[in-house]
Formats: sequence, structure tokens, C-alpha cells
Amino acid sequence: MKYLDEFRDLKLAQNLSSRIKRITSKPWKIMEVCGGQTHTILQYGLEDLLPAQIELLHGPGCPVCVTPMELINKAIAIARTPGTIFCSFGDMLRVPGDKGDLLQAKAQGAEIRTVYSPLDALNIARNNPDKRVVFFAVGFETTAPANAMAVHQAKKLNIRNFFLLCSHVTVPPVMAAILDSSENQVQAFLGPGHVCSVMGWKEYEEISKHYNVPIVISGFEPIDILTGVLHCVKQLESGKAFAENRYARAVSVSGNKSAQNILHEVFEEGDRLWRGLGAIPKSGYKLNENYKEYDAEKEFLVEAVNTQESSLCISGEILKGLKKPWQCSAFGKECTPENPLGATMVSSEGTCATYYKFGKTQVKQEGDLSLV
Amino acid sequence: MCLAIPGLVESIVIVDDLKMAKVNFGGIRRTACLEYTPDASAGDYVLVHVGFAISVIDEKEAKETYEILAASGEMDEFINDVDAAKVGEK
Ligand code: SF4
Repeated sequence: MKYLDEFRDLKLAQNLSSRIKRITSKPWKIMEVCGGQTHTILQYGLEDLLPAQIELLHGPGCPVCVTPMELINKAIAIARTPGTIFCSFGDMLRVPGDKGDLLQAKAQGAEIRTVYSPLDALNIARNNPDKRVVFFAVGFETTAPANAMAVHQAKKLNIRNFFLLCSHVTVPPVMAAILDSSENQVQAFLGPGHVCSVMGWKEYEEISKHYNVPIVISGFEPIDILTGVLHCVKQLESGKAFAENRYARAVSVSGNKSAQNILHEVFEEGDRLWRGLGAIPKSGYKLNENYKEYDAEKEFLVEAVNTQESSLCISGEILKGLKKPWQCSAFGKECTPENPLGATMVSSEGTCATYYKFGKTQVKQEGDLSLV
Repeated sequence: MCLAIPGLVESIVIVDDLKMAKVNFGGIRRTACLEYTPDASAGDYVLVHVGFAISVIDEKEAKETYEILAASGEMDEFINDVDAAKVGEK
């Protein structure tokens, strides 16, 4: 398929690999922000194409993983409310809350539907005027405009039985939080390509300058990732730090204006709790004053049950790139994708789930701990 | 979850004032909203995420990126060959 096959070219991947090896003289730690990038890295075994001095740290860019458990509990309580149809992207259904997950709630009779697009949820609301329809609006800046459009349309078409349960998070504040941490190990970032398709990449220039850290906006195919790594290493080896765009086929400097307009029409910045990371100021979007009647948290007065994470779980450290899944004593034992204990095992794009799926239970590099 | 897949816009219709398209993803057809890519027309490749096109793929950039990478790849092979030849001389 056009614009996929070219960026999966094995010969080109090997060329990039040898170029990276040739210019690498010191150890470097590079974090890819997105869960989708982590998935590509593991799926294609890209770490095997890199010199041993380069370590890829897997970042917090999986919206399903970082949705707080408290909100999952709320989602389940709303879904169980009679007269409600609860709509969600498929990956949210298996995220465990305090008392089971949405799938179990569905088996016990709650009306829960998986949708492909937020507009599908809006159509369900239109076709079921006697029910209250709630859409679980999770996601980064890539997804938020789609969710915003559903509410925008609801208002325009005067559909009054449609609500959003919002858990929108944004990338720049979490990157800053990682870099601000005293234990930070990240020396360069592969920037989030699709988030930048929407938002542009000016914000990343500011972060790069402020923290003196190279940021290379990268795509999601193997060639995109290797190109991103190559340019990170080029900057690191020459002592430079700037933001650059290596996903030009899908990202422009100021991003997608139409999407940004609706985003700002419907949402405003808000503080967010990140599962595994805690509260980060101004790190998400919530419905603004003009759209507050579409807020499921205001419409459904369900109690917020706060749940403790398993004491075994080190997902907070994994999300910051401080540890790898195989350093967790529960990985693959008490904690599996069928029975996830923590944030990074819950979604297929979570780092623990990705490591589990591709059988990466130990690290091959010399000097690293091997658990198995 | 931020998965976005390139697909070919085949036809466009307006539904409830929204610009909607049939998009072909390597043989699988799905509907996508083109409100955020108002300039997209049939024959363009768009990047689709949760039923919304978030950008039109810039074919010129895609081609250039690939060609530059492939060309410097060949250059590297050439350098490798030269290096290998030098080693051979010693
Ligand atoms: S393997 Fe499970 S318990 Fe361990 S860090 Fe990952 S999510 Fe947490």
C-alpha cells in the first residue's frame, strides 16, 4: 500500500542501522513518546538494529494506560445506570477498575457499545432519544478534535441526550514533567508524530530550547523510527539540541488549523491526574463553559471511588523510562494482559503489554540484568 | 491508540453538514470525516484516526523523504565499500 510499504523497506532499515552505528560513539538514552512507536519498535525488533550503546526508553504516550482508575470506576458506575448506553473505543473495555472492567459490566447487563468513531456514538444518541448516551472521550491531542466534533455536532443538531466522560491528556506537559524529575534519564525524544499532525511542532521547539534536549518529530513506521533515532544521535553526538520534523509527509509546523479551532471552541485546558504518574497541572482538556451541559460527570452524580494500585506495580517508573517491564517482579506472572495489575499492561499499546506480546522478557545487551 | 492509517479518498458526500468520505485502506473501505482536511479531494491520501482524517499526506514530501533516505543509503554503501577496500589494502 502506498506510503506504508516504502517506510517498511528492510534494505533501507539496514542502511539506516549502519549509519546510526557509524556515528554512535557514546551511550545515549532516547525516549519515544508514543505507545504506537513503542509497538513498532518491538514488533520489528528495531532495538536489534541499534548499537548496544543506544537505549530506547518507552514513554507515557498511551492514553488508555494513563487514564486514572478513578475515572474507570466512574465509567463503570455510569454504564450501570439504568437508561444509559455507554460507548467507548474498544481498548478501554478491558481496563480494570475497582470492581471489574466495562466488559464485565456489559456481561452483567449494562448496555455498552464499542464504537470506531465518536460520531458513531452521536448517531447512537440520535437513534435512541429515550436513553442517555455517554461517550468515553479518552485520548491525546490526536483524538481530542474527533471527540470535540461529536459534541460540536450534538449542539448544532440539538441532540440533548449525548454526554462525554472526558479524559483528554496532552503531551508537552508530561514531557516537561519527565524532564523536570530529578531522576530523569532521557537525553533526547522521538516526538509524537500524529499529535504534531494536529498541533504542529512549535511547542516542541520551546521544550527543546528550555531543557536543551533534542526532539525529533517522528512517524510510526520502522523507517520513521530509525530516521528519528539517527537524527537524535546526530544531535547528541555533536552537542546540539533543537526540535526538527522528520515526519514532513504528515506534519507541518503549525499543524491542522481546522482541528485546533474546534478543539478550542469546545475544550479548555485543565489539570489532569495521570495513572502511574499522578497529577500534572494543565495537562489535559475539559469541556468549557459553553459545552458544560454535555459533561457526563455533571449529568451523572456517581461517586468517585479511589483505588490503590497493586503494591507490586512499578508502572510509574516505566512510564518515566526509569525501568523496563522485566524489572517488575509481577511481569508475566501475577500481571498479564488477561489480568493486568497496572497502567502499562492494560492497553495493547502499554509498554508492559507490548513487551509481553513480543516475548521480550529479558534484555540481551551485556551488563543488563537478565531475569529469565 | 494514536494509530492513524493512510488511506485513499474515493468519494465525498455531505452528511449533516459534515464532509464525509469513503476511504480505501488497502482494500478495506471505511467512512471518514474530512472536516479537518477541507482541501482533501478524491485521489488524495489522508491519514485517518478514529474516523477522522487528521492530515492529507504530502506526496511530494513522502517521495522526497524516501528518496533522500534511499540515496544517502546508497552513499553509505559506497562509503562502506571504500572503507572495505582500504582495509583490504593494508
Ligand atoms: S508488569 Fe504489571 S505490575 Fe509490573 S509494572 Fe507492568 S503493569 Fe505494573
